[in-house]
Amino acid sequence: MDLYEHQARELFAEHGIVVPRAEVTDSSKEAREIARRLGGRVVVKAQVKTGGRGKAGGVKLAADPAAAELTARQILGMDIKGHTVGTVMLAEPVDIGAEFYVSYVLDRAAGRFLAIASAEGGMEIEEVAATRPEAVARVPVDPAEGVTSAKAAEIAEAAGLPPQTVDVLVRLWEVLVREDALLVEVNPLVRTAQGHILALDGKVTLDDNAQFRQARWGADGTGHDDALEAAAAAKGLNYVKLDGEVGVIGNGAGLVMSTLDVVAGCGARPANFLDIGGGASAQVMADGLSVILSDPDVKSVLVNVFGGITACDAVADGIVRALDTVRLTKPLVVRLDGNNAARGRAILDGHAHPLVQQATTMDGAAERAARLAAATA
Amino acid sequence: MAIYLTKESKVLVQGMTGGEGMKHTRRMLAAGTNVVGGVNPRKAGRTVDFDDRAVPVFGSVAEGIDATGADVTVVFVPPAFAKAAVTEAADAGIQLAVVITEGIPVHDSVAFTTHARARGTRVIGPNCPGLITPGQSNAGIIPPDITKPGRIGLVSKSGTLTYQLMYELRDVGFSTCVGIGGDPVVGTTHIDCLAAFEDDPDTELIVLIGEIGGDAEERAAAYIRDHVTKPVVGYIAGFTAPEGKTMGHAGAIVSGSSGTAGAKKEALEAVGVRVGRTPTDTARLVLDRLTTGA
Repeated sequence: MDLYEHQARELFAEHGIVVPRAEVTDSSKEAREIARRLGGRVVVKAQVKTGGRGKAGGVKLAADPAAAELTARQILGMDIKGHTVGTVMLAEPVDIGAEFYVSYVLDRAAGRFLAIASAEGGMEIEEVAATRPEAVARVPVDPAEGVTSAKAAEIAEAAGLPPQTVDVLVRLWEVLVREDALLVEVNPLVRTAQGHILALDGKVTLDDNAQFRQARWGADGTGHDDALEAAAAAKGLNYVKLDGEVGVIGNGAGLVMSTLDVVAGCGARPANFLDIGGGASAQVMADGLSVILSDPDVKSVLVNVFGGITACDAVADGIVRALDTVRLTKPLVVRLDGNNAARGRAILDGHAHPLVQQATTMDGAAERAARLAAATA
Repeated sequence: MAIYLTKESKVLVQGMTGGEGMKHTRRMLAAGTNVVGGVNPRKAGRTVDFDDRAVPVFGSVAEGIDATGADVTVVFVPPAFAKAAVTEAADAGIQLAVVITEGIPVHDSVAFTTHARARGTRVIGPNCPGLITPGQSNAGIIPPDITKPGRIGLVSKSGTLTYQLMYELRDVGFSTCVGIGGDPVVGTTHIDCLAAFEDDPDTELIVLIGEIGGDAEERAAAYIRDHVTKPVVGYIAGFTAPEGKTMGHAGAIVSGSSGTAGAKKEALEAVGVRVGRTPTDTARLVLDRLTTGA
């Protein structure tokens, strides 16, 4: 889960990293008050979980409180790469002497975290890495030792950062570990004209798997922008909204991803990803069907289940009982394969729901669902 | 011979006395796995009856190894306790730790995979279905009755896609199937399994199943080019996945332009690996290769 800039800023501050004074609001009127409190001149920054805010016009300097109100009004509600701006952060401007880049990222290949640092901050680090790779230091961190002062000094030296950044590097590692983050990035980390080190902008990605021990981000931070995704999350479903017309339910993340691809290969577009896991109980099936059927774009639904540990007859029972509680409004194609497939298919045949069809292969089922979606479009 | 797991393997189960642990220990025993004990410090000294077999519970992995000579552990403990469980098993000198648990924080996985590697313990998983050598032993939750012993080696990030291919190719059968897991950090990679299958005389052809996220498949492709002489057939899931969304598995995410299914397919095809359009098409490519050598 990505945090907003202002949430990242808050975390940095809690761990003793110096950040500019700033406040957040969703009201342009309040923006004027905040600007006044911050001394008049402020930077108004759109709070969206995507990069390239500056280029999109989501970061602007306002000379006084009246200008801050006007600017906030312009930015609030703005669309930046599909993200609607709901809040702005107003921050006191900083007199920048030099800009650096520091981050800790997960190196999946090596199975550990990597410090990335550069004396050329302020722009996208990918661009710096592409044009001047020698300007970007990459230093692996031993998970058992972490970033000590000595390690931080090694990182700073490798990147050509001033010695005052060592303390920030140590504290930033603390943020990564204590908050169970997968990414912490400060860009730019600035040295002010007065010689202070300050985190001007930051990005933090938290590990969803760690929510059980990081409770405070659970409630407000999950941020499902899509109403269907929020509804599915509330039911504990593993659902992602997509832009198509064939609803998809399957068991196992890999099989569902594969099902989406096979649907696309038949010339249709999948409407969603929904993994109901190995058990495929009646309740989960019913919850999944009701979320998918409430998506107005859906024209047909494909249920693709491989019966492994849970055999197909149990899955078929689950589907039949789910259809008792959910009113089916779109054609449903079911493909059951694996353990007890014949028995499972017989159960569905016996139920003989007029909107339910069966297919014996995954490819055939996807084709059928795609055709039905096209026919009802 | 197979890889990592044979009928000689002596298997401990950490978390055996929990619900999932009980259910799958029973299944593993039924599949012929030599389950020699469970581990639970609060239930040490007891035995658990599984149909016709009484399995002892040990207070620690070290005690279990001392008493039974166990060389494999299957970990079912909840996410919060997984790091301690794997660390304990590695410290006790277990050779192979199969971590089924889903939802382990990445910082914990980084810690225990690094720790285990330093002690010579192979970790498979986390968030994986385990591995099976059909007809010999099953360590994890893979359904054992959907295929038979044979000459295909399979390595996959995905459980259900593994089952799908095991089932589609049940008439040929498998030497070993390894589900390496869908988390961003895993103990055993595609490359580890490719190397092991290359050395395994029972494996004639390798099926490699990948999905979006990271660059494990691209690195596997480079490894195949340099080190693998056996035929490899591939499948990649997630062509339709949108950027920036996690698709079920914690590691299945396209970030910017990296981790796409297209790039993985391209990398594999560039080194001569045929990549199926669908799981069924992948099975057909395998059969073609085995029957005609094409």
